[in-house]
Amino acid sequence: MADPTSNSAKLPVDSLDLRLIAATQGGLPLVPRPYHAIAEKIGIPAEEVMARLERMRASGAIRRIGLVPNHYALGYHANGMSVWDVADELVDELGERVGRLDFVSHCYRRPRRRPQWPYNLFAMLHGKTREEVTAYAEEIRALLGPACHASDILYSQGILKKTGLRIT
Amino acid sequence: MAGVKRGARRTQPPAPTHVSRRNAECSRAELDETDRRIVNNLQGGFPICEWPFLEAARTLGLDERELIERIDKLLQAGVLTRFGPLFNADRLGGANILAAMSLPDNDFDRVAAFVNAQPEIAHNYRRGHTLNLWFVGAAETPDKVESAFQYIESVTNYPIYRFPKEREFFVELKLQA
Repeated sequence: MADPTSNSAKLPVDSLDLRLIAATQGGLPLVPRPYHAIAEKIGIPAEEVMARLERMRASGAIRRIGLVPNHYALGYHANGMSVWDVADELVDELGERVGRLDFVSHCYRRPRRRPQWPYNLFAMLHGKTREEVTAYAEEIRALLGPACHASDILYSQGILKKTGLRIT
Repeated sequence: MAGVKRGARRTQPPAPTHVSRRNAECSRAELDETDRRIVNNLQGGFPICEWPFLEAARTLGLDERELIERIDKLLQAGVLTRFGPLFNADRLGGANILAAMSLPDNDFDRVAAFVNAQPEIAHNYRRGHTLNLWFVGAAETPDKVESAFQYIESVTNYPIYRFPKEREFFVELKLQA
């Protein structure tokens, strides 16, 4: 069912945008004028590269431009997927507040799959130890209050496959 | 540290492989105060302009060449997984769908290997729960992801629980180095 508050609407991208995405999704060249280097590579003016990136950033097609740290290398060894069964009428409002907590890296509302899965709010938590993650989860529990009926934290027991999401 | 000459063409090293990522997990990287300042302040907001490193360096109190060299070094060391624009694949017409399976221990490795072998499966984690295999299906369209899921179900005979995102809440993650 479509949700009027959903922010997953598709954005229009043309073939030149796709070439630009293909040329930059692996990373920007580490040169003083990276956008000019990309422009040269795909054969369009640098002004066009910058204007298109600016447009994609404004539209949300680009979430951000910057560096992406490796959690583990920074000592964030405990990464837990916290999941919450939150009253339907409150989940959107509370989800917004959970997403703003600075230890939450992703926060989504997803469908329940009863009876195996009663949870509808997912928040990825990053901490240096499991104790830290547990403490973060307690903060979320306090924030959700009586609207939350059940919760769990699923820790990764092994990365079986991890390839970057590629846009083709 | 290798010098980066102005105008020299440098490309980023490929994203850390599974193996180097593992190495990075073993020990916490040694970062000095300047590295931390870069990591803590440049997770977003990199400028779009002719000399973006120069502009970013100024706001960090560094010089351009030092910023470029340090980002390069942090990438090589696996402290950073990448540097550049982070695209919102869903909104660009692609589809990423989280899904899970509940597998018995004695069949786990076989099924997990089959799931991994499908090109549409981007991430796959074992997690501690009755639903113990969690993966992301990624393709150009939701239909292609769904076809891959149905194929996996038909071959393995285990159901896949699909968890498409219904709403994404805004996050502003700042991992502190």
